[in-house]
Amino acid sequence: MLSIKNLNVKLEEEDKQILKGVNLEVEAGKVHAIMGPNGSGKSTLSYVLSGKDGYEVTEGSAELEGEDLLDMEPEERAAAGLFLAFQYPVEIPGVGNMTFLRTAVNAQRKARDEEEMSAAEFLKAVRERAKSLKIDADMLKRPVNVGFSGGEKKRNEILQMAMLEPKMCILDETDSGLDVDAMKLVSEGVNALRSEGRGFLVITHYQRLLDHIKPDVVHIMADGRIVKSGGPELALEVEKNGYGNILAEMA
Amino acid sequence: MGEAAPKPNPTEAMIAAHAMPDTGWSVAARKDALARLRAMGVPDRRDEYWKFTRPDTLTQMPAPTAAVFDPDEAPIFGDVDRLRVVFVDGVFDAEASDDLSLEGITIERLADATSDLHWARDLYGALELRGQDPVERPLAALNTAFATDGVLIHVTGQPSKPVSLIYLHKSERSDAVLHHCIKLDAGASLTVLENGPAAARFNKLMEVEVADNAQFHHIRAQGRDHERCAATHIFARLGAESVFKSFTLTANGVLTRNECILELTGDDAQAHVAGACVGDGAFHHDDTVFVTHDAVNCESRQVFKKVLCNGATGVFQGKILVKEGAQKTDGYQISQSLLLDGDSQFLAKPELEIYADDVACSHGSTSGAIDEDALFYLRARGVPEAEATDMLTLSFLAEAVEEIEAEELRDEINGRMAEWLARRRG
Repeated sequence: MLSIKNLNVKLEEEDKQILKGVNLEVEAGKVHAIMGPNGSGKSTLSYVLSGKDGYEVTEGSAELEGEDLLDMEPEERAAAGLFLAFQYPVEIPGVGNMTFLRTAVNAQRKARDEEEMSAAEFLKAVRERAKSLKIDADMLKRPVNVGFSGGEKKRNEILQMAMLEPKMCILDETDSGLDVDAMKLVSEGVNALRSEGRGFLVITHYQRLLDHIKPDVVHIMADGRIVKSGGPELALEVEKNGYGNILAEMA
Repeated sequence: MGEAAPKPNPTEAMIAAHAMPDTGWSVAARKDALARLRAMGVPDRRDEYWKFTRPDTLTQMPAPTAAVFDPDEAPIFGDVDRLRVVFVDGVFDAEASDDLSLEGITIERLADATSDLHWARDLYGALELRGQDPVERPLAALNTAFATDGVLIHVTGQPSKPVSLIYLHKSERSDAVLHHCIKLDAGASLTVLENGPAAARFNKLMEVEVADNAQFHHIRAQGRDHERCAATHIFARLGAESVFKSFTLTANGVLTRNECILELTGDDAQAHVAGACVGDGAFHHDDTVFVTHDAVNCESRQVFKKVLCNGATGVFQGKILVKEGAQKTDGYQISQSLLLDGDSQFLAKPELEIYADDVACSHGSTSGAIDEDALFYLRARGVPEAEATDMLTLSFLAEAVEEIEAEELRDEINGRMAEWLARRRG
């Protein structure tokens, strides 16, 4: 599904290498988790994959189902099936959540030469998905993320994911700013979307999210590289002993 | 040694080019206004409030011509149930207008109101005169002196629908001067809609007397003819617990100067004035606002948003004056521009002058580009860059549009802006 080979990335504005040869294969149907200390390059990886400005790829490749992601505009990557759940979802005053969602869904459909969703169809689909995420009519009507609590913003991200039905989902610290109940709700939303044809890359600092979203593979990232990969037990080890041991082992 | 020919006096040239209509009851007010105009002279660039806007096209005689533009779209407010009053190049068109009778309101054409005891005698030019101090507004005096047409609206109750003033532009040489007087009795309410380019050059003035507990709502969409220029004034006086809300949408037009002069004279009154404009290329748009608080516990809001590109210029001159004794005043003023490129400019002069000690007044003015993080967020959801830019443009304008209370009219304005932006994108 997602194939990253020897990805090297520096900041555009300054001579600072952030990613130093990342290799990663996420298969369809699998959940991969990336853990790592602050500044290890986890969020940069998610931004580079989704096409944010300010980064320069100096070497390597990233493909989604064989298509070169790095050559595409952000909207093309989205239409190709890539989704990034933001760590800090942006507030957009004056644009209704529903309008935004419908514009996004139909823009992607249009880009894929598919028929646009009718208003009725769309409304039905949103209501169904919003219900299971406990997103009420008021939240749907309000401007995108404006005045939303941390938990509401993250639930809104998952709603967007559910509506856009991407092939490859990247969750960037989706657990940050969530209390236990909100984390459970968000995780259930993610788990409901797990399917044969869909890959997940879950970026997190803490193991606790992975109690709810059970990963198939766990990677540890440090200093711009993936330094260790293993099963879910690797996350437990981090939780117990911190990153120190693993990083020392690598040194 | 020959003497240089005397410089033509632009004020006298303007006066000479206009004829004062002989309408009986208004003649005294017109003559006073003419004397004011002579004393002030037409505006020029040395005037404090004309530093950012060149008044030449508004004062030169004859008026600059403006090609008639076919916007190729259904006129705004088309689906709104309203009483239509149509002016073509500044002349009332009875044929095209609806029957002017409506319960709770009387509407008369200015030119037809001949009774010497007409109620408008006490209003015509009176609020304009009050608004001449401390800032001179010569084009308003010119209007009072020479207005050839307009409507006189007396609101005694709650009319069932808005009065819609429609200004059609059919002649590329028209130079129209319209003057409206609107008087709302205590407890009455009215919504006035205005739309259309009106003329090649348009000088329009509206005096609004809002009595205690009355409500006045005003939503205006200025016409899109690229070459038209306009100088408009609203003078309003607000009684106790009254409400005045005005919103203006502007797109296109080589020059627009919208002045709004509000005086809160009764306690607990509310005055909101807002504007959203989208300017592309040869576009100069000036909002000049003066709000005077002269009563206790009143609220005023000024919310102006301008989107500018390809060399367009936006101007905002907004003042809140809180007089001695106007305690518990809540004044808010914001003016912001979204500059879509490096060629456009926004000039702002926010002013506060406060003589009471228990007030809350805030003001802010900013210029900025599209928020890159928000743009990326939308694109990451699959919205193409141009469309995402439009969404953020509408988002930027939203705070001004939100000032419109009626949802139907708000939707009308929002829909129109979205269409324009989409069309620009092609």
